[in-house]
Amino acid sequence: MPKDHGIGASSKRREDVRFLTGRGRYTDDINLQGQAHACFVRSQVAHGRLNGVNTDAAAGMPGVIRVFTAADFEGVGGLPCGWQVTDRHGAPMQEPGHPVLATGKVRHVGDPIALVVAETYDQARDAAEAVVVDIEELEPVLDMKAALADGAPKVHDDLTSNLCYDWGFVEENREAVNKAFETAHHVTTLDLVNQRLVPNAMEPRVAIGDYNFATDDSTLYTTSQNPHVIRLLMGAFVLGIPEHKLRVVAPDVGGGFGSKIFHYAEEAAVTFAAKQLRRPVKWTCTRSESFVTDAQGRDHVTKIELALDAEGHFQAIRTETYANMGAYLSTFAPSIPTWLHGTLMAGNYKTPLIYVNVKAVFTNTVPVDAYRGAGRPEATFQLERVIDKAAREIGMDPVELRRKNFITEFPYATPVAVEYDTGDYNATLDKLLEIADVAGFEARLAESKARGKLRGLGINCYIEACGIAPSHLVGQLGARAGLYESATVRVNATGGLVVMTGSHSHGQGHETSFAQVVADMIGIPENMIEIVHGDTANTPMGMGTYGSRSLAVGGSAMVKATNKIIAKARKIAAHLMEASPEDIELKDGRFTVAGTDKSVAWGDVTLAAYVPHNYPLDEIEPGLEETAFYDPNNFTYPAGAYACEVEVDPETGKVTVERFAAADDFGNIVNPMIVDGQVHGGIAQGIGQALLETTTYDEYGQLLSGSYMDYAMPRASDVPFYAVDHSCQTPCTHNPLGVKGCGEAGAIGSPPAVVNAVVDALQRAGMTHITHIDMPLTPSRVWAAMQG
Amino acid sequence: MYAFELVRPATLDEAVTALGTEEAQALGGGQTLIPTLKQRLAAPAKLVCLGGLAELKGVCIDDDGAVCVGGATPHAVVAAEAAAHYPALAALAGNIGDPAVRNRGTIGGSLANNDPSACYPAAALGSGATIRTVNRDIAADDFFQGMFTTALEDGEIITEVRFPVPERAAYQKFEQPASRFALVGVFVAKYADGVRVAVTGASEGGVFRWAEAEAALSADFSAAAIAGLSLEADMMIGDLHGSPEYRAHLVKVLTGRAVTAAG
Ligand SMILES: Cc1cc2nc3c(=O)[nH]c(=O)nc-3n(C[C@H](O)[C@H](O)[C@H](O)COP(=O)(O)OP(=O)(O)OC[C@H]3O[C@@H](n4cnc5c(N)ncnc54)[C@H](O)[C@@H]3O)c2cc1C
Repeated sequence: MPKDHGIGASSKRREDVRFLTGRGRYTDDINLQGQAHACFVRSQVAHGRLNGVNTDAAAGMPGVIRVFTAADFEGVGGLPCGWQVTDRHGAPMQEPGHPVLATGKVRHVGDPIALVVAETYDQARDAAEAVVVDIEELEPVLDMKAALADGAPKVHDDLTSNLCYDWGFVEENREAVNKAFETAHHVTTLDLVNQRLVPNAMEPRVAIGDYNFATDDSTLYTTSQNPHVIRLLMGAFVLGIPEHKLRVVAPDVGGGFGSKIFHYAEEAAVTFAAKQLRRPVKWTCTRSESFVTDAQGRDHVTKIELALDAEGHFQAIRTETYANMGAYLSTFAPSIPTWLHGTLMAGNYKTPLIYVNVKAVFTNTVPVDAYRGAGRPEATFQLERVIDKAAREIGMDPVELRRKNFITEFPYATPVAVEYDTGDYNATLDKLLEIADVAGFEARLAESKARGKLRGLGINCYIEACGIAPSHLVGQLGARAGLYESATVRVNATGGLVVMTGSHSHGQGHETSFAQVVADMIGIPENMIEIVHGDTANTPMGMGTYGSRSLAVGGSAMVKATNKIIAKARKIAAHLMEASPEDIELKDGRFTVAGTDKSVAWGDVTLAAYVPHNYPLDEIEPGLEETAFYDPNNFTYPAGAYACEVEVDPETGKVTVERFAAADDFGNIVNPMIVDGQVHGGIAQGIGQALLETTTYDEYGQLLSGSYMDYAMPRASDVPFYAVDHSCQTPCTHNPLGVKGCGEAGAIGSPPAVVNAVVDALQRAGMTHITHIDMPLTPSRVWAAMQG
Repeated sequence: MYAFELVRPATLDEAVTALGTEEAQALGGGQTLIPTLKQRLAAPAKLVCLGGLAELKGVCIDDDGAVCVGGATPHAVVAAEAAAHYPALAALAGNIGDPAVRNRGTIGGSLANNDPSACYPAAALGSGATIRTVNRDIAADDFFQGMFTTALEDGEIITEVRFPVPERAAYQKFEQPASRFALVGVFVAKYADGVRVAVTGASEGGVFRWAEAEAALSADFSAAAIAGLSLEADMMIGDLHGSPEYRAHLVKVLTGRAVTAAG
């Protein structure tokens, strides 16, 4: 029987009541007394010298309170980058400045130039149109390879080139890898593009700055996945506000997919302006603005080579990737194509030698940073595509080729610096073949054929590193932050609990699943637990939600804090029953003296803690509140196998996803329904990337797919019903819950399955010249490929 | 949006008068115009709302059996009320945009706008429809004059569109994946005196008739009849959703499918 509460139960998401009935409180729902409105003047060109900004006319327009330009931000720091990557030769990456408002040059369409604050948004917008910007257009830098050519125009004049870094990993293996390729029995090579994606959170970004001159306190309300990180970065590096005078509130947040991790110029600008004007200043991003200002994802151009021996064993992998950074370094941008990508290049396979080369390049485009999966989808895609191609070249079944190379013994240290703690890749693959009904494929193929359609089956595996991350490790790798998590558990006198967590929830259902964990540990109903997050004023320092880390890291902190609570409560219970704490058992919300029928209820103990009349005051303090920080000692490694079946219309090239199956090993599961939902959403995003989404700049650096008229998001009719399974469970060995994280798997595992399936369909139809098509596999691209 | 005056005329005459002033513009369902205003890409001083004019709404059958659609009739109404009389037209209307668009957007707005990817122009041209305005009747063959351009004068209101009902017809729409407008759409209609084939989405010149296909299908109304034909890619639209060659190819595929669907 499935459980009906606690760990393992599909408890309904309590937050959905407010989300689905319009009772959520998003940043844009907040309106402060005396609030003014902001509109940004943005660059309309991709690259230009900013010769002057004339605000005279705008300043005199109705309702205008003030027009800020870069000159007003003198003394304000630039937006910091949170990760320093060291290049192949031991030199630090080139790190350009990132002013809050453009100075000297504009570097992408959407780059903010001035900030107009007015009584209403429309007045601010009218005045923004009246700001006269004198820009001398410069040739834009768009193509990454051209950007690195001699004599290419430079995005940042003060850097030596457009190369941010040339990273080699593991550099010491470079020669050995090259040698392995020289002597390999077979080498499969694949050139591919992992295209740029626009994150498209349902809720656009919003920032409201507020300043109380009487107390000198600043508050920023913002759409963030990690309010504490914003407080640290903006306070310490940009505005010079100490953390005790700066509060950052991220209330309900309508999705982020990574794009709301980063500290953005608008947040600093409104906080700064609020202090100058002594009025709250609110900015709400339009959808059009989102397209040219939210940090985007992926954008890798890659060559991958796989060396195999005569039996099909992987001998070596060598990759060369050009990774687009865009015009500036967004908060965590440098880490994505390096440490979140290179370290996953072993995949689920025993490959003794791996060398990953990444050249990060500045271009006159929107900055690129983490987007659901962040580096790991890029690694998985190239690896799983090249394996499929290799299987075809050597005439081996792609499933067999994978099995042959699976890692089967754990812990396993990869040649790319990580150690997988547990896993069972054969188990998830077996489960996948079952739930995908691979045995029935031939019959479905025949049926498609009868209708004049091509059909293909794509299967792949994936592994990712989640639960980011051990601070000591990421520190060595260049992170300028720690990556622990925290929780404060406050038990009230009448027994209810408030858990204040540093993890932020922007759609993941933490308020439900976190409560399940604590309820299970104490044996009380879930509704006795409230989860509080998102406000630096009432939660302990947390690093936020990304990298599928909330349950693995934040949940572990919560378990630690709850264990402290239980330990103390046990002492109180022992005192109340005149027994020794070691003899006290906690079960179903009651403390019992082992082997007796003496017991006290949870509520008796919590009441005693706050009404300490009969209480061991000389041994323990009154009250019941504990805080814990948790810093993991390894990443977690969710892994699994995905299968996609597509039909291709041979006349039009249109691909439809007919079936999709996912068998994931996420370790222990707290709420199976929420996990299903996370996988469903991830797969939809992956199908979106594989078939629909394209971020195209024209030769002038204008975004052609800058609205939903041209940027195709996956819709319900673009995806099939999914078969998902997470019954294969190898619990994580190093966190107390044994959980691995499930937020990104769907987006990581699904794109190669779709592309493998399409290539399979075309190959089966005799189009053996088609070994790869770059995403998105739109009808026109597939049709063009079919034309040969 | 910039500020504008909103006029809600009670009669067609009032609407015509209101539209006589400078910088006045008709507002149908607003499904094209309102987004344009929100983007500040247009700044009319006055919007004259046609939504309240009962005389411009609804579907009826005239004495010749033609289906007459009021100029301010929403797509959803056409989808429902024309279904029994002109199924291909109703099906086309019922597959425009989403329910919200179909409940607001109107045939007059669609034809007046003449978006090169819109569906209705294909139906009007493919049916040899007559576009009736406050002043005159305009044959569909004369109405569409290139992308976003029509024979309408400034302020001229489409009051009715009259569709002669063919023996058989079908519309095939290949959706652009993002907007779900027609990447290419082909309307094929077989009349006693010949076949009409109207193509939307494909050409730089907007909706057009494919004369070779019409001739071939008039002789033999079967998909096989156009097998030997092909279109030049020259004048076709090329964008991130499809090359001119791809569109030219789709026109032929969809024409064949429309013929088959027409039965
Ligand atoms: C999300 C979305 C999806 C869509 N998908 C499709 C699709 O798949 N296929 C498709 O064909 N269309 C599609 N459309 C467009 C839709 O059909 C519009 O409704 C139509 O193009 C315009 O009609 P309207 O009544 O809304 O006109 P409005 O937006 O009100 O006006 C458009 C223009 O027509 C003028 N006008 C309006 N009524 C009249 C009249 N009676 N006489 C003279 N001029 C008039 C206006 O002055 C304006 O210039 C879509 C729109 C949206 C928003």
